[in-house]
Amino acid sequence: MLGSFDAVLLARIQFAFTVSFHFLFPAFTIGLASYLAVLNALWLKTRKHHYLDLFRYWVKIFALAFAMGVVSGIVMSYQFGTNWSVFSDRAGPTIGAPMAYEVLSAFFLEAGFLGIMLFGREKVGEGLHMAACAAVAFGTFFSAFWILSVNSWMHTPAGFEIDAGTGQFLPTDFWQVVFNPSFPYRLAHTVTAAYLTTAFIVGGVAAFHLLRRRRRGQRASTATRTMFSMAMWMATLVAPVQIFLGDAHGLNTLEHQPQKVMAMEGHYGSHPDGAPLYLFGIPNDAEQRLDYAVGIPKLSSLILKHHLDAPLAGLDTIPDEDQPPVAIVFWSFRIMVAIGFAMLGIGLWSLWARWRGRLFEAPWLHRAALAMAPSGLIAVLAGWITTEVGRQPFTVYGHLRTVDSVAPLAAPAVGASLVAFIVIYFAVFGAGTFYILRLMSRPPVFDEPTLGESSKGPVRTAGLTPAPEEAARRPRAAQPGE
Amino acid sequence: MPLVDGFSFDLTVIWAGIIAFAVLVYVVLDGFDLGLGMLFATERHRHDRDVMMNTVAPVWDGNETWLILGGGGLFAAFPLAYSLILPALYAPVIAMLLALIFRGVAFEFRWRTERWRGVWDLAFIGGSALAALAQGITLGGLLQGIEIDKAGRIYDGGWWDWLTPFSLTVGVAVMVGYMLLGATWLVMKTTGELQERMRRRAWPLGVGTIGFIGIVSLWTPFLQEGYYNRWFADWRVALAGLVALAVLAIAALMFKSLTVHNHEYRPFILSLLLFALCFGGLGVSMFPYIVPTEVTIWEAAAPRASQVFLLVGAAILLPVILAYTAYAYWVFRGKIDPDTGYH
Repeated sequence: MLGSFDAVLLARIQFAFTVSFHFLFPAFTIGLASYLAVLNALWLKTRKHHYLDLFRYWVKIFALAFAMGVVSGIVMSYQFGTNWSVFSDRAGPTIGAPMAYEVLSAFFLEAGFLGIMLFGREKVGEGLHMAACAAVAFGTFFSAFWILSVNSWMHTPAGFEIDAGTGQFLPTDFWQVVFNPSFPYRLAHTVTAAYLTTAFIVGGVAAFHLLRRRRRGQRASTATRTMFSMAMWMATLVAPVQIFLGDAHGLNTLEHQPQKVMAMEGHYGSHPDGAPLYLFGIPNDAEQRLDYAVGIPKLSSLILKHHLDAPLAGLDTIPDEDQPPVAIVFWSFRIMVAIGFAMLGIGLWSLWARWRGRLFEAPWLHRAALAMAPSGLIAVLAGWITTEVGRQPFTVYGHLRTVDSVAPLAAPAVGASLVAFIVIYFAVFGAGTFYILRLMSRPPVFDEPTLGESSKGPVRTAGLTPAPEEAARRPRAAQPGE
Repeated sequence: MPLVDGFSFDLTVIWAGIIAFAVLVYVVLDGFDLGLGMLFATERHRHDRDVMMNTVAPVWDGNETWLILGGGGLFAAFPLAYSLILPALYAPVIAMLLALIFRGVAFEFRWRTERWRGVWDLAFIGGSALAALAQGITLGGLLQGIEIDKAGRIYDGGWWDWLTPFSLTVGVAVMVGYMLLGATWLVMKTTGELQERMRRRAWPLGVGTIGFIGIVSLWTPFLQEGYYNRWFADWRVALAGLVALAVLAIAALMFKSLTVHNHEYRPFILSLLLFALCFGGLGVSMFPYIVPTEVTIWEAAAPRASQVFLLVGAAILLPVILAYTAYAYWVFRGKIDPDTGYH
């Protein structure tokens, strides 16, 4: 038939593109929502003004990132039907409900309380305002909870039976559906990744301003120093936890999706008496071997089986039609792990600088932190690619193949919409990223202007804004850079 | 699946009602948003545009969440319908999603730049217009029926099937109707010359809306025999006549209240009533089909376990959501101060 393979490939690229772009925004805002809640709590507790300044500084960036997450997220809620309609028909009875719970428990919660968080401090009082900040942070967490539950179910499906007539996955136990075997690991690993992503962006922005002040021979403000210190504490404490969680997630994957781990490790062949850990190599799918492999003997067995001589099966034990594409998984996994260890390195470096009392006078640390600012986003994408490409050639692992999941669409339809998505996403979200970077290029100042004051108008996404009379009373400062 | 089981029967109808309710709330709430976006094109002064945008800025995101609930609810409760309708209406659905991106980011971006403000204003207008058109085409495309394979589980048509004179007419009808909602919303929320201009614009938009309601209502029964029998067979023709009379009566009241200076809420409420009536009419045409004349709600329904699992949450959370949505509108009731939100 005319290009049925092409339509599948185009649909896969389209989903990968739209979901990757979308994922960048929540990966940042999940952590940022919690950071804002913490800053606000610290302000209420200590009444030190720089916490309030930092809250006002980051909330402007949050509003922009959140809006882009919302509009790119609406696309996702329809992509399942437009491009993966057969999957939707089959899996809908089981995963449709958890996805709808995300809308009911998370999206409406965020939309309802975001406005109070952004503008409501004077209007509803500080107690309720704090509650709204916490509600938004919980909303982002609920959202991650439900969507990662659904995603995990596609990796480790449980609690269902397949209807013989329709081929539908019918739920038998929703507890098992939601809390499927890989879900706790994936949730912990992904949410922690989101926190680290935010920490490194915050730390990178702080480092940028520390360096700039230093070049001018000035001392950075308390707010800048505080945010650098907080970000580095996160790196020091959370990066090791994340490496531990990643390891646990990997062991869980080995148990439930062994061929994904084989692809991650580059194990084309089986290793009956201890598998090496390949640090480098060029996956060669045609010859089914890893070219130019550099490995540490027996280490893979030690990590995965906790025994040097434990046998490990390779992809040669898996039928060709069930194997994931090795090269992508192999490389994306290495990028993610490398960034994870670089984060750990920054965390330890900052701890050493802190111990010597030179946390704010360590330009090379600041340069490294600045270079690492987007590293969390890259790691999150690399990890996402590892797990999703590693699930191939299935959408519902072991039960429904990707080629059998796609919508009955002609390749030109999918191709045209893919081009439209690429052009529009880069244009629109490129502009939004530029506005965010422009906000970041300015350091937080004492008595940081609030959201309404800093711009020409209300930069609000939703919910409640100050009453007209109150907003009119406030003086407005001109926005620099306009 | 026990289709004859009374309990299952009830749950499916309840879920059809919840989905219909979510779509109606979306149309009512985002309709005036999108109409206002199109009316942006007629107001060239920045001052007026700022005021217009500030009337919906606090609520647009919540409004759009209902669209996600409509899609997500359909996926959960009627997965078969979700998987038949979306590929069939691929082009208009994708166009709507892309349009909503432009429209949504414009709310944030236009305040962040001086030089590019005109571009984001254009994105706001174009995004609103295209989203409205695409929603109308989607409705028209669904009403005229979609091709399904023999097994009844896969869309079997081409990717331009939706494009007919009928679907385009419904598309334009929705654009005009949304603009009427937008104009009457602004009559309610603004003052002075802007309000007067909107009052004047509501007239031709109201006439256009009534005209399009007439055209679409008369056209629909001739698309498929099922629709014809619903409306024109035996005693039902009297019902159709009553509905037509109700539309005309509401329209007359609306036009009258547009001439009364201190009627500020009434035109908006009445234009919402028009929409609700049309929505009810759609229900009469379609029920119990979810993909007209091919798939009924019972055939498309998710199994009872899924319906029950989600209904527990919906029963608790929907009233809470409605409560805080109403609260948000309550906080922002009344006129928008023209000096708010810009300098």
